Amino acid sequence: MSKVNAILQGTLNWVDERFPLTTLWKEHLAEYYAPKNFNFWYFFGSLAMLVLVIQIVTGILLTMHFKPDASLNASGVPVAFASVEYIMRDVPWGWLIRYMHSTGASAFFLVVYLHMFRGMLYGSYRKPRELIWIFGMIIFLALMAEAFFGYLLPWGQMSFWGAQVIVNLFSAIPLIGPDLSLWLRGDYVVGDATLNRFFAFHVVAVPMVLLGLVAAHIIALHEVGSNNPDGVEIKKKKDANGIPLDGIPFHPYYTVKDIVGVIVFLMVFSIIVFFMPEFGGYFLEYNNFFPADPLVTPPHIAPVWYFTPYYSILRAVNFSVFGLEAKFLGVMAMGASTLIIALLPWLDRSPVKSIRYRGPLYKGFLAAFVISFFILGYLGMLGPTPMRTIVAQICSVIYFAFFLLMPIYSSLDKCQPEPDRVTSK
Amino acid sequence: MSCDDKVDCGRRRLLVATAAAGGVAGVAVAVPFVASMLPSERAKAAGAPVEVDISKLAPGQMMTVEWRGKPVWIINRTKEQLESLAKVADKLADPKSDKNMQPDYAKNETRSIKPEILVAVGICTHLGCSPTEKFKTGAESGIEADWQGGFFCPCHGSTFDLAGRVYKSKPAPDNLEIPPHMYLGDAKLIIGEDKKA
Repeated sequence: MSKVNAILQGTLNWVDERFPLTTLWKEHLAEYYAPKNFNFWYFFGSLAMLVLVIQIVTGILLTMHFKPDASLNASGVPVAFASVEYIMRDVPWGWLIRYMHSTGASAFFLVVYLHMFRGMLYGSYRKPRELIWIFGMIIFLALMAEAFFGYLLPWGQMSFWGAQVIVNLFSAIPLIGPDLSLWLRGDYVVGDATLNRFFAFHVVAVPMVLLGLVAAHIIALHEVGSNNPDGVEIKKKKDANGIPLDGIPFHPYYTVKDIVGVIVFLMVFSIIVFFMPEFGGYFLEYNNFFPADPLVTPPHIAPVWYFTPYYSILRAVNFSVFGLEAKFLGVMAMGASTLIIALLPWLDRSPVKSIRYRGPLYKGFLAAFVISFFILGYLGMLGPTPMRTIVAQICSVIYFAFFLLMPIYSSLDKCQPEPDRVTSK
Repeated sequence: MSCDDKVDCGRRRLLVATAAAGGVAGVAVAVPFVASMLPSERAKAAGAPVEVDISKLAPGQMMTVEWRGKPVWIINRTKEQLESLAKVADKLADPKSDKNMQPDYAKNETRSIKPEILVAVGICTHLGCSPTEKFKTGAESGIEADWQGGFFCPCHGSTFDLAGRVYKSKPAPDNLEIPPHMYLGDAKLIIGEDKKA
């Protein structure tokens, strides 16, 4: 046995002299000290990585059977649409891989939204973690691009009209807009050229960017260290060896904890994949089971659930200001609603980071923000009526007020004193 | 650039020149890469005019044909429908079609060559959905009590009258586009070409 160990140790030494394997292992796992008071909210970062792996593996397998071709086959069905049906019916286990991929898309957004909300609860974006937050926001934008490109591929009615609407968003930009959307589409209408390039973006370009950004996100995190539910820096209190008193090694403590999260997540994920993959039309919209028809927009069109809050904001702007058209302003408002989240590190002036020690003002604004986010999300799934538009306008104002007024209310707020060290219940 | 004793200025200049030349080459290569995503020659060549027989289009009926991948509506408007155009004028964003969304021969009250026949691209000027016909008037339409008939965009709620003119305070900025078209005889219509061409 000792002989085997010696051979293994020798091999490791051989590698370490050529590649910093042991150093990387220690820096990022065995000797990365994370605060000991992580709670439920801290599952979602590792779960996002798990979903990313699921999406990449199932995506590669789907690519082997999918055909990004908008021309009609002998039966008059678009080839791309037919190839998805082929995967569902004829490819061994194709249905499972496809449903894992489509459910994975929604799971990705659910997990990332919870991960972002964790950051807001505990002030994880505050100094010195601004760059982690910025990288995270770019990941979020890349994820939205990835979801949007991927949604065109099945070439159903919602695929087609969703892409038509989003590409046309760019045409609202003054001067260059119409040419820009033409360049994105590669044709005068959403067509075969659009499908092919969206396929290239979806399977090559955006995933590479995503992987690079995830690496940057984690490297930045491990440079400054993790925040925690108390929002106090564990690096301020260290023992004689320079190890934070309230830190525990990520491996094995948090790898084991995260595995529990993974198991619970996979149970829920499997229930959805096996028993309700369409999730009542929220994960796979019913209109997308009709092949794309450029002549008829479905009577009810709505984006997938994870885009609906921003879609509601787009729709809420139906008035012109200072001679700027409502169309342009709506697109700007929608863009601003996602980009403004990136400014949180500079908008928040509170003396404390965590919600645990913040005062009633912040808690009130956060509650109003969450409620308006849900209402916007709900309205975005429904057709527009004058009443709903007014509600969406009110919620959009609350959404932006949460961010734009933050420098004022976060500094006025009556906060409780932070503890010296993390607390555990 | 400052040069002191420790820096070989000749070599520094060469480095700067090399970096600049490399940068120019990089930008130059980006041009064909970016341009490759523009519509191809084949895409540009597509889009021939379409000939339509409208002899069977009864008053009050609408038909849709495809031109350049887009839906083009042809509507044979009834007398009442034509009368509704004047009634809604004060609720419209551009009732006189001042914006250049139609050829000159369609810049009139009915936005058409023959008063009753409307030819319009059925693509909402907001974000490109195809509006749904709502010819039923009044509350029955599900839009408003004094609805005079027209079109409703399911995506973002823009409404258009029976000449494709957009209502005020809606997300769509412009009236529906009227494509170039002309008549070859009484019931034969050609879309995508007009007498000027």
